[in-house]
Amino acid sequence: MSTTTTENIVGRGNREGAALFRDWFQELNQTAEEGKNAAYVFVMGSFNEILKSFDLPVVFPEINSLQTAVRRVAQEYLEEAEDHGYSPDICGYVKADIGTQLRGGEHPMGQIPKPAIAVLTNACNTYLKWAEAWERMYEMPVVTVDIPGNRSAGGGSAIGSRDFKNDVKYVEAQIRELITICEKVTGKKFDIDKLRDVMGHVNRMSSSWQKLLDLNKNHPSVFNALTDGTIFLGVANGLRGDERAAKYFEDLVEEMEYKVAHDIGTITEEEWRLCFVGVPCYPIFRRFNEMFSEWKGTFVHSTYLWFASGGSNLGYQYDLSNPLASLAEGNLISVRDAMDSMFHHDTVVESMIDGFGIDGIIYHPIKSCRTVSTGLADGRRALAERRGIPSLFLESDMMDQRVVAEAQMKNRVDAFFEGLVARRQQNKIIQ
Amino acid sequence: MAYAAGVDVGSTQTKAVIINEDREIIARCLIDTGANVTQAAENAFKSCIEAEDLLEEEVEWVIGTGYGRYKVTFGNAQVTEISCHGRGASHIFPGTRTVLDMGGQDTKAIRVAPNGEIDDFCMNDKCAAGTGRFLGASSAALDIPLDDLGPTALLSDNPVQISTTCTVFAESEILSWLGKGKKVEDILWGVHESIAKRSMGLLRRVGIHEEVTFTGGVSRNTAMVKSLEKALKCKLNISDECHYAGALGAALFAMDHIQASRAPRNKVEEPTS
Repeated sequence: MSTTTTENIVGRGNREGAALFRDWFQELNQTAEEGKNAAYVFVMGSFNEILKSFDLPVVFPEINSLQTAVRRVAQEYLEEAEDHGYSPDICGYVKADIGTQLRGGEHPMGQIPKPAIAVLTNACNTYLKWAEAWERMYEMPVVTVDIPGNRSAGGGSAIGSRDFKNDVKYVEAQIRELITICEKVTGKKFDIDKLRDVMGHVNRMSSSWQKLLDLNKNHPSVFNALTDGTIFLGVANGLRGDERAAKYFEDLVEEMEYKVAHDIGTITEEEWRLCFVGVPCYPIFRRFNEMFSEWKGTFVHSTYLWFASGGSNLGYQYDLSNPLASLAEGNLISVRDAMDSMFHHDTVVESMIDGFGIDGIIYHPIKSCRTVSTGLADGRRALAERRGIPSLFLESDMMDQRVVAEAQMKNRVDAFFEGLVARRQQNKIIQ
Repeated sequence: MAYAAGVDVGSTQTKAVIINEDREIIARCLIDTGANVTQAAENAFKSCIEAEDLLEEEVEWVIGTGYGRYKVTFGNAQVTEISCHGRGASHIFPGTRTVLDMGGQDTKAIRVAPNGEIDDFCMNDKCAAGTGRFLGASSAALDIPLDDLGPTALLSDNPVQISTTCTVFAESEILSWLGKGKKVEDILWGVHESIAKRSMGLLRRVGIHEEVTFTGGVSRNTAMVKSLEKALKCKLNISDECHYAGALGAALFAMDHIQASRAPRNKVEEPTS
């Protein structure tokens, strides 16, 4: 029987997460090589549960795209799409995916299969136009699940209200349509017990995801929400509904609980606890984080861990005795929450400040998405007025190296920390 | 007597300042940065020392600032020009709450707290629009020395509206106005107003609170001061020392270090990574 030691448990989540991520892409590569197709889905409301119950492999084009940036080949893909007629001003994720499609699925992680079906929600307006591009390229069915937004502007779903019940029914009806289309696409009969199994795995994962985020309230924080968090998100999305993901997140919680118990932080000396708002800067992913860690700053939370997990932060538990209605309710609540964490980030971040002991907030508006970036300045100002918490505004992109100016960014980061240091010293003198 | 120095290595010019324990400027120097950044920093620093007949070791702490701050190899620490301009401006004009620093390649709006701390800041993004470089392009296009731009612009009585703030497009727009027979001074005033408008955008993002102090090399340009005052609808704090505000701020941080190291109970570390 093996005993748990620091050596064998600390870092396990990153190692195993990276391995699972590679396995997923290997499976996609195999699907493509066998000439089979996959389901194309998005992080905010993937309906992976239904697709997995039909044994449809899932492709997340958003993840494919960010991988090209992390692997520093995004520019080739972006330029290929721009040469094809896509404007430099539109979403980099879309263009890198179009570049991938134009190359017949050639991607640094392996061959990406073509779509048999695309499933999306209205959580992002670009999803709709993006899927239309595939529809024209491949003439395959596109299912858009319309998720009615919150009526209370960031105030959460009024669960149990008449409107809410009607919304659940509305989403459930759309899920039934999706099932019919999946039956046609795969030639398989829908198996509700298989769906229950998949949803059971999602329940385990969501419960662990919620615990995981909460464990970072510990001082020192046990994972970096930006760097480690991106690995976790890859598994949470790509393997959603897979037994491997359920186990992975339970193991991850065990690792983080161990770190809490043994006072093991994500960096040696944690001086500044930060919250990240927006989508990471993937073209200089590691360097971006270093600019903060050089000042002993670490990201203890991010809105990304909320919205890019499709709202898993809520830890919603499906009622397996009533799977379709529960799937509808879970997605309604979670996708709404994902949208709210983008558009009402001030409320979300405010809820994190005290519990996570946040010293500063880093806003990262991106050229690729003016929809979510435009309101960041207003949200920042509103939060500053309410809480007076220091924050930094770094404008760049999550994909396009051409608008990422590292030297200028570093200058701003240094000035931000100089301000934090001065403020802390001033407070000490006053005390 | 202990001395502290600040060396501000900007994209266009390098400034050095030496202060005494009473935080008075005793020497200052301004030279073109050129291609050898380290050499420029050393030359500026040595000029100050020689001017006051000081020994290098009498200057106990040196802080580098500006884009070339890590090239001030003889310095003891580095602080960003954002913190230094805020500090320097507050020292020259203690009532300062907002700083506009306009340099060769960037413009910064800085909001300063009453105690001199930086509350917020904002800079131009990844292009030289609305910075000193724009004036440089205009100077080249009109074949007028940089120092004459301001006085010439102030002669304007029928200014044109310059629609671009893009430094690259500035030349073609200026030439097109010349082609239409517009007077040089009217074109130049349009250039200054265009930069002022762009700067207002940055200032609004941090919030404009009086007193507003104008620092950096462009603060010497009288037309820029006038066009900014017109846009801001308030007087700007300007002095001969404003061009050196970054180097002065660095020297003040250096003096903090010297004095704090003598009084350990009130130890204040300069903010540096």
